Amino acid sequence: MLLRLLFRNAFRHKLRTALTVCGMAVAVLAFCLLRTVIAAWYAGVAASSANRLITRNAISLVFSLPLSYKDRIRGVEGVKTVSYGNWFGAYYVEQKNFFANFAVEPRTYMELYPEYIILPEQREAFYRDRKGCVVGRKLAKRFSWRVNDTVTLIGTIFPGNWEFVVRGIYDGRDDTIDDTQFFFHWDYLNETLKLTVARRADQVGFYIVGLSDPNRAAATAAAIDAVFKNSFAETLTETERAFQMGFVSMSEAILTAIRLVSLVIIVIIMAVVANTMAMSVRERLGEYVVFKTLGFRGRYLAGMILGESLLITGLGGVLGILLTFPAAEGFRRAVGTWFPVFRVEPETIYLAIAATLVVGVVAAVLPVWHVTTVRIAEGLRRIG
Amino acid sequence: MGLLFAYSFRNLLTRRLTTFLTATGMALVVFVFASMLMLADGLEKTLVETGSFDNVVVTRRSSGSEVQSGIDRLQAAIVETQPEVAIGLNGRSLLAKELVVLIVLQKRGTDAPANVVIRGISENSLALRPQVRLAAGRMPRPGSSEIVVGESVAKRFKGVEFGATMFFAMRTWTVVGIFDAGNTGFTSEIWGDVDQFMPAFRRPVYSSVIFRLRNSSEFDTLKARIESDPRLTLEARRETSYYRDQSKAMAKFLSILGLSLTIIFSVGAVVGAMITMYAAVGNRTTEIGTLRSLGFQRRTILFAFLLESLILGVIGGCAGLFFAAFLQFFTVSTTNFQTFSELAFSFTLTPTTVGKGLAFSLLMGFVGGVLPAFKASRLNIVEALRSV
Repeated sequence: MLLRLLFRNAFRHKLRTALTVCGMAVAVLAFCLLRTVIAAWYAGVAASSANRLITRNAISLVFSLPLSYKDRIRGVEGVKTVSYGNWFGAYYVEQKNFFANFAVEPRTYMELYPEYIILPEQREAFYRDRKGCVVGRKLAKRFSWRVNDTVTLIGTIFPGNWEFVVRGIYDGRDDTIDDTQFFFHWDYLNETLKLTVARRADQVGFYIVGLSDPNRAAATAAAIDAVFKNSFAETLTETERAFQMGFVSMSEAILTAIRLVSLVIIVIIMAVVANTMAMSVRERLGEYVVFKTLGFRGRYLAGMILGESLLITGLGGVLGILLTFPAAEGFRRAVGTWFPVFRVEPETIYLAIAATLVVGVVAAVLPVWHVTTVRIAEGLRRIG
Repeated sequence: MGLLFAYSFRNLLTRRLTTFLTATGMALVVFVFASMLMLADGLEKTLVETGSFDNVVVTRRSSGSEVQSGIDRLQAAIVETQPEVAIGLNGRSLLAKELVVLIVLQKRGTDAPANVVIRGISENSLALRPQVRLAAGRMPRPGSSEIVVGESVAKRFKGVEFGATMFFAMRTWTVVGIFDAGNTGFTSEIWGDVDQFMPAFRRPVYSSVIFRLRNSSEFDTLKARIESDPRLTLEARRETSYYRDQSKAMAKFLSILGLSLTIIFSVGAVVGAMITMYAAVGNRTTEIGTLRSLGFQRRTILFAFLLESLILGVIGGCAGLFFAAFLQFFTVSTTNFQTFSELAFSFTLTPTTVGKGLAFSLLMGFVGGVLPAFKASRLNIVEALRSV
């Protein structure tokens, strides 16, 4: 009985309800998309492993470390594997074709990153060819690169045209792994530098340290930094997660703004739904008072209004959540170069559901209060 | 007209809660719209003021920013001898060879690390940048381990107060001054003697050469000569366009974000306005019938309802702009990923933004009100009077 009444009431003003549901759907859609954008920012943090440390120059990332540190790091207790690399910062054809490219020591790097899945024969081919490179599936697709293609990148940090041969294409273990990266032999970079800018040779941008026991990460990091204390190039070692977090916190201001805005949209829609409910209840005040006269309790009336409000927001919320998936897919296509990993997380959906419920309840509060407190005679006397 | 206005205005007053809620929705949309414009304006203002049109920045070809660039002493000397370089008061070229590196500092309060630009300056650096002046203390003496910090850095980072000592690059540096660089990007930098920084950071090359043009119109010939000189692997840009290039990505990001948010939000607010106006028409069917039978024309009714919706929009717009104006007290600092360093800029409210905000709120009011107003004006007199 109550349920039927709810539906009838909700759809009495078809146009108004349709508009409110639409508004709600748009708001939930926007909320989910914004949350997904934030999550995309944290993708690097989420994908980082607990048993890897990153060692870099303590001054900042633009300074390098000598190659000779490799063996000294390997000697520290708790260190299992040491790999190293440089941020290469080159682009393909045009400056706007940005993607992450690294010069790395191939064997140890691939060993430390088992989440990059590559065919064994391609991996071997990559190891054997000093001019070879391995690219992510998505990146290969973006520029239509195939295995054994020759690719020329234009360097910004290391000037010149650099030629590579695509020896392999890797896939991420799951869709949280960034598959838009480009790796090549650090030796290729180093040998070229020896010929051109000798002072920049034998310099490593960062070391990646594989731990034998992830529980001792903090102690191992401190031990590595202690080795190089008071040297020409002091190091800063942190877990991969903390390292990635450093990048995220650099754009904290923008993230905070997006987070705030995702709340503002909920407040806006709250105002819209509250308005709809207030209007409906005002129009039907006479009916509610008749209910009261017949002996229905305030609780029943409250349930009726709350139910109607939740029904409308619920419809909008479900519609919004359903629309999120195709919208996110479209968004990913448009800005995929900025956000290599862009996926709607289950958490986002739970938050959207919670927001829908909150909006439904808050929108019903004032009308419920009005209906339950209004005196019968006053309500019956009222016109319009 | 006065009557029409009074009628619409009083209608809004009668339904206070509904008016308030609808206007709140619109106010929030205008707030977000205005804040995004203000942010973009602030960034623009910072960048325009950072560069001077008559200054030329020379960096290594294809390096994008000073941080990635490297110019060895020989190449810098060749640039110095170009005839287009202006001569300063002391009879020497108005030219500065600078080193730009990044160091990590901890922010106050959050302890979050951020990259801060360290600029090694030479004696002409200050003369080339009239926007920069000392706010406290003095400039570093050449040949000493002394630094001056920008006001924004002093405010936002730990351990860089006036008189403090800092330890980096294996040396201790004393902060001997704070400089005020207004709204420019220099306010997010730390300056010291280039000849001290080069050995300390073990970087034997300059990052950029900056000089004033003797005659601003000679830029194109100079650029062509520098870029075609086989001894040089450099590129020359006007300082204004250099700083614009630096933040192209960020400016684009802000505008895309602002635009998409505003579009999504306005859908919500327009829906709200439409609901309100449809209800206003529905509630007053009898009233409209009465007005029509008294001789008011369809057009007048249409205007009355449209006016009501527009007033609603203006109320929302004014409220949104009012609150957005307070944002001017805030400074945003975020990493510019093109230069990989921290950049501070503040929300800036320009008359254009106010105009755009109001126009936008009127537009929302119009779009929300036009359909209901048409509905009202097309009501049949007899049916309208009969309805209860």
